[in-house]
Amino acid sequence: MRSITKAFPGVVANDKIDFVVEKGEIHGLLGENGAGKTVLMNILYGLYKPDAGKIFINGKEVSIEDSRIAIKMGIGMVHQHFMVVPSLTVAENIVLGREPTKNRILLDTDKALRDVKDFCDLYKLEVDLKAPMHSLPVGVQQRVEILKALYRGADILILDEPTSVLTPQEVQELFKAIQALKQQGKTVIFISHKLREVLAVCDRITVLRRGRVVGTVKVEETDLGELAKLMVGREVHFRFDKERPENQKVVLRVENVEAVDDRGLPALKDISFDVRSCEILGIAGVEGNGQTELVEALAGLRKIIAGKILLDDIDVTKASPGKRIQLGASIVPEDRHKRGLILGFSVMENLILGSHDKPPFATNFVRINIEEASSYAKRLIEEFSIKTPNKDTLAQHLSGGTQQRVVLAREFSRNPKLIIASQPTRGLDVGATEYVRGKLVEVRNHGCAVLLISADLDEIWALSDRIAVIYEGRIVAVKDPEKTSESELGLLMAGGKSD
Amino acid sequence: MANLTDRWKALIRTTRRLPQRLSAELRVALPKMLPQVIAILLAFLVGAVVLVVTGYSPLDAYGAMLSGAFGDTFGIGQTFTQATPIIFTALAFLFAYKCGLFNIGAEGQFLFGAFVAALVGISFSGLPSFVHVPLALLAGALAGGLWGLIPAVLKARLGAHEVITTMMLSYVALYVTSYMVNYPFKAPGWVAWTVPIAPSAELPRILPPTQLSASILIAFLLAGLTYYTLCRTTIGYEVRAIGLSPSVAEIGGISIRKGIILALTISGAMAGLGGAGEVLGVHYRFIEGFSPGYGWDGLAVALVGGLNPVGILLASVLFGALRSGGMTMTRTMHIPLDIVSILQALVILFVAAPKLIKYLLKKGGVKWRNL
Amino acid sequence: MAELVDVINVGLFAATLRMATPIAYGSLGGIFSERVGVVNIGLEGMMLTGAFTGVAVSFFSGSPWLGVVAAVLIGGLLGLLHGVITVKFAGDQVVSGTGINIFALGFTAYMSQVFWGSRGASESVQGLPVISIPLLKDIPIIGDIIGTHTPLVYLMIIITVISYIVLFKTPLGLRIRAVGERPDAADTAGINVFKTKYLCIVISGMLAGLGGAFLSLGHLSLFAWGMTGGRGFIALAAMILGKWMPFGAFGASVMFGFADALQMRLQALGLLPPQIILTIPYLLTVAVLAGIVGKAIPPSNYKPYVKE
Repeated sequence: MRSITKAFPGVVANDKIDFVVEKGEIHGLLGENGAGKTVLMNILYGLYKPDAGKIFINGKEVSIEDSRIAIKMGIGMVHQHFMVVPSLTVAENIVLGREPTKNRILLDTDKALRDVKDFCDLYKLEVDLKAPMHSLPVGVQQRVEILKALYRGADILILDEPTSVLTPQEVQELFKAIQALKQQGKTVIFISHKLREVLAVCDRITVLRRGRVVGTVKVEETDLGELAKLMVGREVHFRFDKERPENQKVVLRVENVEAVDDRGLPALKDISFDVRSCEILGIAGVEGNGQTELVEALAGLRKIIAGKILLDDIDVTKASPGKRIQLGASIVPEDRHKRGLILGFSVMENLILGSHDKPPFATNFVRINIEEASSYAKRLIEEFSIKTPNKDTLAQHLSGGTQQRVVLAREFSRNPKLIIASQPTRGLDVGATEYVRGKLVEVRNHGCAVLLISADLDEIWALSDRIAVIYEGRIVAVKDPEKTSESELGLLMAGGKSD
Repeated sequence: MANLTDRWKALIRTTRRLPQRLSAELRVALPKMLPQVIAILLAFLVGAVVLVVTGYSPLDAYGAMLSGAFGDTFGIGQTFTQATPIIFTALAFLFAYKCGLFNIGAEGQFLFGAFVAALVGISFSGLPSFVHVPLALLAGALAGGLWGLIPAVLKARLGAHEVITTMMLSYVALYVTSYMVNYPFKAPGWVAWTVPIAPSAELPRILPPTQLSASILIAFLLAGLTYYTLCRTTIGYEVRAIGLSPSVAEIGGISIRKGIILALTISGAMAGLGGAGEVLGVHYRFIEGFSPGYGWDGLAVALVGGLNPVGILLASVLFGALRSGGMTMTRTMHIPLDIVSILQALVILFVAAPKLIKYLLKKGGVKWRNL
Repeated sequence: MAELVDVINVGLFAATLRMATPIAYGSLGGIFSERVGVVNIGLEGMMLTGAFTGVAVSFFSGSPWLGVVAAVLIGGLLGLLHGVITVKFAGDQVVSGTGINIFALGFTAYMSQVFWGSRGASESVQGLPVISIPLLKDIPIIGDIIGTHTPLVYLMIIITVISYIVLFKTPLGLRIRAVGERPDAADTAGINVFKTKYLCIVISGMLAGLGGAFLSLGHLSLFAWGMTGGRGFIALAAMILGKWMPFGAFGASVMFGFADALQMRLQALGLLPPQIILTIPYLLTVAVLAGIVGKAIPPSNYKPYVKE
């Protein structure tokens, strides 16, 4: 790919990128969140059209208008968010678009099963072909995605952040599968922001930073430190200084809570823990082990079938979200577009959400006091350095990092007793990430109890006073970060037992 | 703001600033309404094609409409008379829409409100006007509100899609009121209408000899009230929050159920109030089929008006003109009145997709930024 | 005094099948559209326009079958319009559908005036013949119910079966369901999302038009203002009740057809004032929507698909 440029409103995602991959190699595309890796590969796969630049495959210039053409050229992609149709079976998902037929009209399900089975055997990937997709675990779904690409004749396989949803053990299996693909003569492009993994599995690595290529290196000629420097460009703080707290009391107590997920399957099974004032309890775990349901239960959005939730010794098990806000709980949700901000509301309107029906913003519970709301908004914009033209700008026009600041400003300024922060730095650039983490520590130092749920183990390490590991809906261990190691945590996160 | 004098002073200040505020709002709203204006022009263009193909002259048709609607005081008065009920139903659609709900049963809520207001107007006598009129209006609003409450509860508690339930109840209201006015409450004689309401229940005419009644003043008031409610009250805030993002609203402590029920019920009440206004101000009795589809006009007007109260007022006048001018057109040029419905539908279709306008403009060689 | 047997008899059940037919066509149309992720509120308008077109073409050509073909084509055209607005221009689906409904009402009334000078009813035209299936009609009782009908009724049953086969046993059906549920996944699988959506919406319109043609040509042999009377919406309720499956929708349509047939019978017998009886199908729809939800999870995601 030569001189590829692609711009979106407000940001140049790819800036004159030259990217070369050799046949039969495993090439890593490394960069932070937002560096432009996915955009570049989406262009290769036909999902985006580049504003400028050319693409050459096997020496010939090509124009990739859409995925169909990309597939025809032997390019396959496994996306971060799987492109599977939940209600269809594995076999149906794989043959979608190239379905075998009898009499050219009816679907030949048996032939589909047979064909796919051959592929499974060839690449040593085992899957139950007749199962509907929604019933399979994430690691298996990913395998299906890879099979799908291979079935379509992919010679170049793009894997976009494939390990973000896998346990450490599943990651190893994936690496083995990638090596097997290389042996079959396939070329693999491995997109990731995880330095160690890229070093472990790739032959060569190209590093992107802010939409530009900063270097291409051979794995045997580089190391972790050099890669980190290339990726980030400057020193990043890994640890936070924290004072030892005194007079801690339990703010949140979760006792034997059980809950089911949207499909009726158990998501939280007898989960118990507590969070104290002046502490950050980090919950580490691979996504999909009940974290989302836990946050929803704590927020009052999901009914629990057993157990109790106590906030400051008050039973809030059946309390509405509004009541919990009143009692001092604040939530920084994991999906700020779905749960955090109302994109169509102005910054000011977003900042008073949750307190909009109480004094001082509402008089007599009916009229909204614009003066109060305005001055509050102005104060918060200043305090939290929210980059917005003014308080009346609609939230949808702000950048991701700025939007997260609005959410933080709103939640933190209520002087809550408990903050539940779920994946608070997801999708943010380095600067914004540092800011958010700093704020969490600051608020913890002022006495707040913080429950931090993050899939980013580095984040848990950097911030937590205590670390709890969640696995399949249970808290399997609570550890002191000074007395444990990353590999022990990894083992616990995968369901293993530690000593 | 504790004592009465301060409050009074504030009210005077607000009223004095009103024309200023209105023109400021207009200046902001009008350019944003360019797509709607173009949609109207396009609709008239396509309508002209239809007329030509079926052997009528668009110039005759549109000319007659224009002169009928705005040619003289009588015409203008009638235009505003026709616009009045549409303002109510448009506001009704708007309010529900702001909460993410499609109330397409405004016609039924309108009729129901009209009928109940007529009943109250007929049933009580000897009441002073300033009691009887508000009573009848209130009854109409409550009736419409009830007709909005039913689909509201079905949606809030059972998730029943309000598009279908409001539509169905609209038919039910149509038939039930038809039954009422043909059987139990029928006035003696051939016509399917009730006896007239008591004089004490009548809304005064404000521009004789046209039919323009005080109902239009109520409509303007309601428009202002709607704007105020949506932008300056907690109810409006919550309604809009639910409409924009129910999941965020929920986590912010807003009760989605309560919001949906409130929004659809108020929406129905507005439509019902409009029906009451028509009965008490224009017809003085409930007549079968007196509504040529004001509920549907309201929907079109809400969309054409860009879903804001100022735009709605303007668009209502347009549609009122279509109706009253249309009647003149039919009378003088003998062109079927239904061309008005066709024009309305075309406007809706063109307004449905703003990108469509952009596309057509590009094709026509015109570029417009920030559309 | 009317007796129960005057109401509940074989004729009622035969009428049930007849009255179910337009609703069934509509609900099948609804299924195709919704399975691909587009809500088609405009079924009512498409049906009405189909009804009108059928009569108009039959009037001018003397052939009701030509009228049926024309109705199907017009329905498809309106479907295409709906598709263009909602898919190409990402317009609001409910608004577009409502616009089509209002358009249909006005346009059919207008053209009625132009052709026949009356917006109320057209002149009588050549309607569709009624046929009797030789062996079928001789079966006692059942034969009376299903043995003798307009061909469009039998066609409806055939199309129901075909719809099921297409949706669940062919590659096209697989793609349709994929496009409706996860258009991005279908896109990356190389399926043309837009073409698939257009196809299904046009089919939706065509089926609605067919249902309308049945209503006017197969049943009354004339066109009357607004003669669909909300059946397009009832069809949507039937679709929901039938859980977006062809056979389920058929079953639900039969139920609504029964209410319709019953209402007509009661009216003819003068047992209750006509207006009250007329409310039965609508109240039933509301009851249905109130009763089933919680379990009524649509199979699709209705957001317009946007490619960068």
